[in-house]
Amino acid sequence: MALLEVKDLKVRVEEREILHGLTLTVNEGEVHAIMGPNGSGKSTLSHVIAGKPGYEVTDGQILFKGEDLLEMAPEERAAKGVFLAFQYPVEIPGVATMNFLRTALNAQRKARGESEYSTPDFLKKVREVSKSLNIPQDMLKRGVNVGFSGGEKKRNEVLQMALFEPSLCILDEMDSGLDIDALRIAADGVNALRSPKRAMVVITHYQRLLNYIVPDFVHVMSKGRVVKSGGKELALELEESGYTQFEDAA
Amino acid sequence: MNVAVAKTGSGRAVSDLFASAEGRLPGSPAVIAARREAFETYERLGLPHRRIEEWKYTDLRALVGEVLPLAASPDAAALKRAAETVKAHAIEGARKLVLVDGVFAADLSDVKALASEASLKTLRETLEKEAGLLKTASTDAVISLNAAMATDGVVLSIADGAQFSAPVQIIHVATAASASAFTRSQVRIGKGVRATIVESFVAAGAKAYQVNDAVVLSVGDNADVAHIRLLDDSPDAVNVTSQFVTVGANTKLNFFNMTTGAAVSRLQGFITLAGEGSDLSINGVNLLKKTEHGDTTLVVDHAVPSCVSREIFRAVIDDRAHSVFQGRIIVRPDAQKTDGKMMTRALLLSDEAEADNKPELEIFADDVSCGHGATAGALDDSLLFYLKARGLPEKQAQALLIQAFVGEAIEQIADDGLREHVIGIAERWLEQRQ
Ligand SMILES: Nc1ncnc2c1ncn2[C@@H]1O[C@H](COP(=O)(O)OP(=O)(O)OP(=O)(O)O)[C@@H](O)[C@H]1O
Ligand SMILES: [Mg+2]
Repeated sequence: MALLEVKDLKVRVEEREILHGLTLTVNEGEVHAIMGPNGSGKSTLSHVIAGKPGYEVTDGQILFKGEDLLEMAPEERAAKGVFLAFQYPVEIPGVATMNFLRTALNAQRKARGESEYSTPDFLKKVREVSKSLNIPQDMLKRGVNVGFSGGEKKRNEVLQMALFEPSLCILDEMDSGLDIDALRIAADGVNALRSPKRAMVVITHYQRLLNYIVPDFVHVMSKGRVVKSGGKELALELEESGYTQFEDAA
Repeated sequence: MNVAVAKTGSGRAVSDLFASAEGRLPGSPAVIAARREAFETYERLGLPHRRIEEWKYTDLRALVGEVLPLAASPDAAALKRAAETVKAHAIEGARKLVLVDGVFAADLSDVKALASEASLKTLRETLEKEAGLLKTASTDAVISLNAAMATDGVVLSIADGAQFSAPVQIIHVATAASASAFTRSQVRIGKGVRATIVESFVAAGAKAYQVNDAVVLSVGDNADVAHIRLLDDSPDAVNVTSQFVTVGANTKLNFFNMTTGAAVSRLQGFITLAGEGSDLSINGVNLLKKTEHGDTTLVVDHAVPSCVSREIFRAVIDDRAHSVFQGRIIVRPDAQKTDGKMMTRALLLSDEAEADNKPELEIFADDVSCGHGATAGALDDSLLFYLKARGLPEKQAQALLIQAFVGEAIEQIADDGLREHVIGIAERWLEQRQ
């Protein structure tokens, strides 16, 4: 059974159709890259998978481990192992990052019927992960993403991913706003999470990220559809020739 | 001609309230005469209603209807119940002063420990000698009623220069249902004193009861005082409190109020900055649900130059609850270099929740910096979604955001232990929503 199956998905936002019948299958252990011009619907797809309100699914389905994902509340999806690293993570003033991480982790564990982490175990785990991602401890005392630089916000998303250990990781432009060193650190963090049981969907505009996180498949999205799929060499091809060839196809 | 006897909603004559209590009210003959006069004022005015400007949003006639009879003095069983409640609400290390159904309970209080640090009397004792404590800077119907009916209270005086490490916690416990407690306390804080005064209002089993409290607080020069009031009454209770505060020169006074209980509550504070160079910080949190009505009405009077006042008010309003904030800042003609600001924010958790906000600036000096701001709105959907996408169920996601919202006011409490205590009460309120 595929981990994620998006079948002929049609999605409207405010009366306008954005996804016009999108199909994508992701199996355990695979890394998929999605590339495509601005406004082609990449973030829309990731939001619909995560359960963001405001999107109307008019046709098609999304199955996660064989279950109908669209029937589940966002928190249920998270507990079942869906994780979206947002393109634009929000700032939440007054909610300390550490408190947020523990509350979220324990909420997910509780929903799965697992025991909650004790404080020392939790702290140990956070310390390990944040160290490997080069995230200073005092950043975790601040409000969630408050006053974080663009790159720090993205690293904070990867930190959560490492902590929650989801089975499906969707990374929406994780590389935007990262300097070269930060990109390598974040990509190392993502690679460390690669496992035969876990799949990744990496949305990006740049081939460079894919040098670090090498995909098994590359999909080109244009105007709300997947218009071409191939191996990692497809990304190189795109880098050279751009998207124009596909815009006609879409 | 027949003169109609004023009756309450349940048909009792209003005058019965005083007549039936008079024999139990402490005080010298002069005090009793002053009480009678105060009661006549109350009788003439009746409970405040919406046509009285200051009570526009809190129509006690409509919300409360009638004043319940004076509570009986607590018996042994009541005191035993109160003792358990006190234990649950006491702040660690605090010197407790407990009033049960409006009567000072020496056995539940830390009288001995306090005696070495401050002078402590009860209102009851004090009124045997002097009537002065029944007079306040301003009066209205509820203050007059308090003067007429006050059975007890603490009269605490902290000498100049005293350093208090432990907070003093005045705990009002209600054990009697369908009855009223009238209390009046006076706290005098001398020059150069550092002290923390906490007031807690809690119930020991009683549900529908009424509290009418008055506090007269004076803080001397060069003092540093934290004053925290925690209204955690039963959800069916009524609590009307009037506070009269006078602040000396170069003093820091940090006041915090949180309302998590009572069907109807009103805190009216009259604060006068009477000495130059003082710093007044007032922070309020209302956590209201069901059909609760919570009113905070503050008058900050800058009577002298060069004082700073800051008011931060946060209301979280669920269901059909109603939160009221009225803040008046008066700057007297001499009070140049006044810096007075208030900011109120309301978080509406339901479509039927209601928030009223009435800021008023009365400025008679020209070299001042004063202002106010207000916002009202729902929780931010994009923040809620972020939290849910990380696994938090709706109510838990809301709770985190609500805590953050009120946090800005709660953070103003400097003492770690006290702040945690307050956060604990707010968390309990939030858990009840889950
Ligand atoms: N809430 C919304 N209301 C109206 N239009 C929307 C909304 N969200 C997305 N859209 C539109 O849907 C289209 C796809 O947007 P989406 O953000 O999914 O693109 P994208 O592929 O992620 O682009 P980018 O590469 O710039 O991130 C765009 O035309 C966008 O304007
Ligand atoms: Mg996007």
